[in-house]
Amino acid sequence: MELLGLYHYWVFAILLMTGFYAVVAKLNLFKKLIGLSLFQAAVFLLYITMSKVDGGTAPIFSGAADAVFSNPLPQVLILTAIVVGISTTALGLGIVVRIKEEYGSIEEDEIQEIDRR
Amino acid sequence: MSGLGQHLPALQVVVPMLVAPMVVLLRPRGLAWAASTAASVLAFVIAIELTLQVLGAGPVGYLMGSWPAPYGIELRVDALSALLLLVVTGASTVALVGGRQSLDAQIEADRQPYFFAAWLLALAGLSGILVAADAFNIFEFMEISSLASYVLIAGGPDRRALPSVFKYLIMGTIGATFYLIGVGLIYMMTGTLNLADMELRIHAVGDLTPILAAAGFITVGLALKAAIFPLHVWLPNAYTYAPHMATAFLAACSTKVSLYVLLRFDFFVFQGNLEGHDLQFAIYLMPLAVLGILVGSAVAMFERNIKRLLAFSSVAQIGYMMLGASLVSIAGLTAGILHIFNHALAKGTLFLAVASFAMVAAGLRLNELSGIARRMPWTFGAFVVAGLSLIGIPGTAGFVSKWYLIMAVMELGPAGVPLVAVILISSLMAVVYIWRIVEVACFAKTEEQGSSAIAVSPLMIVVTWLAALANIYFGLAPALPLTLSGDAAAELLRHLP
Amino acid sequence: MNGGSTIILALLLPLGGAVAIALAGRISANLRETVTLATAGGLAMTVWSLLPAVMAGERPGVSITELLPGVEIAFSVEPLGMLFAALASGLWIINSLYSIGYMRGNNERNQTRFYVMFAVSLAATMGVAFAGNLFTLFLFYEALTLSTYPLVSHKGDAATVRSARVYLGILLTTSIGLFLPAIIWTYSVAGTGDFVTGGILASKINGPAVGLLLGLFVFGIGKAAVMPVHRWLPAAMVAPTPVSALLHAVAVVKAGVFAVTKIIVYIFGVDFLFAEPSSGWLLYAAAFTIIAASVVALRQQNLKRLLAYSTIAQLSYVVMAAAVLKPLAEIGAAIHMVAHAFGKITLFFAAGAIYVASRKTEVHQLRGIGLRMPVTMTAFTIGALSMIGVPPTGGFVSKWYILAGAFQADNYFAVATIIVSTALNAAYFLPIIYMAWFMREPEPAAAAHGEAPWPAVLALAITALLTIAFFFFNGATIQLERQVVENLL
Repeated sequence: MELLGLYHYWVFAILLMTGFYAVVAKLNLFKKLIGLSLFQAAVFLLYITMSKVDGGTAPIFSGAADAVFSNPLPQVLILTAIVVGISTTALGLGIVVRIKEEYGSIEEDEIQEIDRR
Repeated sequence: MSGLGQHLPALQVVVPMLVAPMVVLLRPRGLAWAASTAASVLAFVIAIELTLQVLGAGPVGYLMGSWPAPYGIELRVDALSALLLLVVTGASTVALVGGRQSLDAQIEADRQPYFFAAWLLALAGLSGILVAADAFNIFEFMEISSLASYVLIAGGPDRRALPSVFKYLIMGTIGATFYLIGVGLIYMMTGTLNLADMELRIHAVGDLTPILAAAGFITVGLALKAAIFPLHVWLPNAYTYAPHMATAFLAACSTKVSLYVLLRFDFFVFQGNLEGHDLQFAIYLMPLAVLGILVGSAVAMFERNIKRLLAFSSVAQIGYMMLGASLVSIAGLTAGILHIFNHALAKGTLFLAVASFAMVAAGLRLNELSGIARRMPWTFGAFVVAGLSLIGIPGTAGFVSKWYLIMAVMELGPAGVPLVAVILISSLMAVVYIWRIVEVACFAKTEEQGSSAIAVSPLMIVVTWLAALANIYFGLAPALPLTLSGDAAAELLRHLP
Repeated sequence: MNGGSTIILALLLPLGGAVAIALAGRISANLRETVTLATAGGLAMTVWSLLPAVMAGERPGVSITELLPGVEIAFSVEPLGMLFAALASGLWIINSLYSIGYMRGNNERNQTRFYVMFAVSLAATMGVAFAGNLFTLFLFYEALTLSTYPLVSHKGDAATVRSARVYLGILLTTSIGLFLPAIIWTYSVAGTGDFVTGGILASKINGPAVGLLLGLFVFGIGKAAVMPVHRWLPAAMVAPTPVSALLHAVAVVKAGVFAVTKIIVYIFGVDFLFAEPSSGWLLYAAAFTIIAASVVALRQQNLKRLLAYSTIAQLSYVVMAAAVLKPLAEIGAAIHMVAHAFGKITLFFAAGAIYVASRKTEVHQLRGIGLRMPVTMTAFTIGALSMIGVPPTGGFVSKWYILAGAFQADNYFAVATIIVSTALNAAYFLPIIYMAWFMREPEPAAAAHGEAPWPAVLALAITALLTIAFFFFNGATIQLERQVVENLL
């Protein structure tokens, strides 16, 4: 059935929006970063699920003549993107730590209040 | 071409990328700066060489590891890439060479190796975007440059840089992720990531929803990174609180590179293949460009911090570039692309001068800068020259791109008249915000502000003046950037049906 | 030296002089004034050396660089520009003499900066005079605005800065907002911006667009002070008087009306404009400015502001004469640039001399001053009579030609305007002259004073004599300007 067969897109969309909501609506910087990670994870899922071929196995050459492989390219791309995501999260967390050192808070509204003074 | 010369497109990225980790190990004072400057100069030389090749023989292609496209990774340098490479490497070199004193003042000695490593990584990332010919590599380098830029911006002594860079990080990552989604959707439909290949294959599936969705995601994602109104909100604070030399470097080129990707994607991949896309592009982006121009200039008129004033001015200038691009004509694209070059000249010089002011004045709010023209006449003179270029006074580089833009807009006939008015009104707003600074600097209201007795190094003044003179040179002899812009515009439009 | 190199020399000389003045200023004031006078003298000699060739009908020119396709920086000397350049360069010498007296007599600060920017402004003026196309004209026109700003804001106090802001604001707003689009429009329609006898727009544009383009030019060239873009002129009076005298009586304002006249003659073409009904409004705008400015002048008590509004009116004589669009009137427009220059510079010199000697700035303070400052007030009288147009002053000659041109065009409206404004001129100048000569000083007498320092007095005496001399010796000028319209006569 069409709708069920496309369920991975639904997962992608829901995760994407959940992450995006967290980024936008939460005031705690840490929670924003979590939202961002969710956001990025949704995209990873999009790519990986896209690479699955019906009846395909892991794309490791096994010598069989008529083996059906899933597409390896998106998986490789996503490895790279995951690394990027990790770096971003790490950097973001580092900034949060520094903000805590400088401002004593990681709530966005409190930081803005401190800066306003 | 033999030897190393064959590999120039790859070297453009590899040189700064390899030197970056080495710089981290250079602990002795000043060595990190020296190594970074050397790498940047080398990158600039490579960019010049590539530009000459492009002007002489057309686009330069390169296959990594000699794997044939579209299976392998292809690099490609054409007129548009060459122009932007000159801007990026030039801005980096000028900021490093002239900015040593400012950098020493703002970045502690033990953190400098990391700062400069990040600088070189940013340079490598930006260069990478410009030479890459497939969508995913662009994403890669975009993120490399962005992450490095976050480090650069947060590297200064002002703690307000931290929440600003956090916001930039969030927004920038969302932008990059949107771009990634778009690329993923296109890959799903066409099976390729190579831009040239994409262009061929997308024709068959041009009217399907995923492609339209992809166009939307990519445009919005890149608009976030390029600070197109109304997605520009991260820019003013990020530029204001960053170390001054980092601002000089980033303001000259980082958003423009995202604009480059937008133009590339749009014209190479979408324009020829989506029906009515050129109209859609114009209809959606032209109003945003106009709003960016007007709102950016208007807010700048009331700003009291000189760096934030110039940052909002940048938002307006990016609006000019988008306005030119959204006209989807040879004249319009030439004007927009030319303005990338000319704006880099003007804004770079302005921020270099501001870095000098920051070392002498009590602060960077306008009232703290009062009377600075008398204390730093040479630097201030360079500031005025660059300011005139920003306004678009004839004889400066800014005038040339404004002239072209107005002529391009006039091609629309009577419909273009309001746009001409927008351009002229925003130029007058530029007169207001530049002259506010000039007035405060020339006519001290109170007695001399207490300030440090630091003397700006002659090297910094010389570099600032060279940049200012470049504004005048390219205002009177714009042949080089004009040729590159014209070629780039023709190349982009070639892909239209 | 051929014409092209002479033109370039005329531009580089004052710029080089500016540098030399800056250096000399560090050594001694006397050396600085010497360099100034030498530069001015050198410029005048260079410019006047072009005169014989232009009188003979040659049009020396030189092209510097092509900026964009079809847009280049090029110079070309023709009679109007020759006249303007010769006038400005010659008067610079006299004005420098006056400046020495004034600046020293007033103990002004930052004198070196003053002389340096003056030289730069003269270089920009030469650029305007010799411009061979619209873009070059615009380039040096803007340069003139920017280089005169430090001169206008010289005093540096809050009120001066505010007025200087008005000055810059109006001039830049009009030039960027109106003049520039007019230029781009012309380039895109005609393909070129070159000044060509007979105009370049003849077959390219017609109907209301002509009137609109003309309006963009006339109001975009704010230096011509056609109402309502005239407010910068009274605002500029905060500058030291030598600035008001040369720049705002000669160089800057003449650059404005010169540009308007040149565009009417060489871009639109006199015949083309005459045939287009939509251009008729210019005459009325100029006439309105003349009358309105004269009326405002009547009510001014501050002498310099009175002279400023008188200048606005006199400038519109030139614009109106150009707008009559008949050969004799065009000659009259050109002649009036000279006559007004001589007369107005004399008046401003006198006003400045009075200020230096007695610190008096208001009209009602001038009672009986003729007895204390006879030379100055004689010069003032001559200048005033020239403004009114009484023989034997230069102002009479130009009014004669303008009237003749107006009659030639059966333009009785212009004739009436000239007559009414002459009466108004008399109404605000004659009382001053009467008060100065024939009334007694109020008791108790203010501090005794004599004439201003001798360089200032010498300067104003020379210009007063020039005003009278122009009445007798104007043949060469007329012959020169006839060339402008000879294809129409």
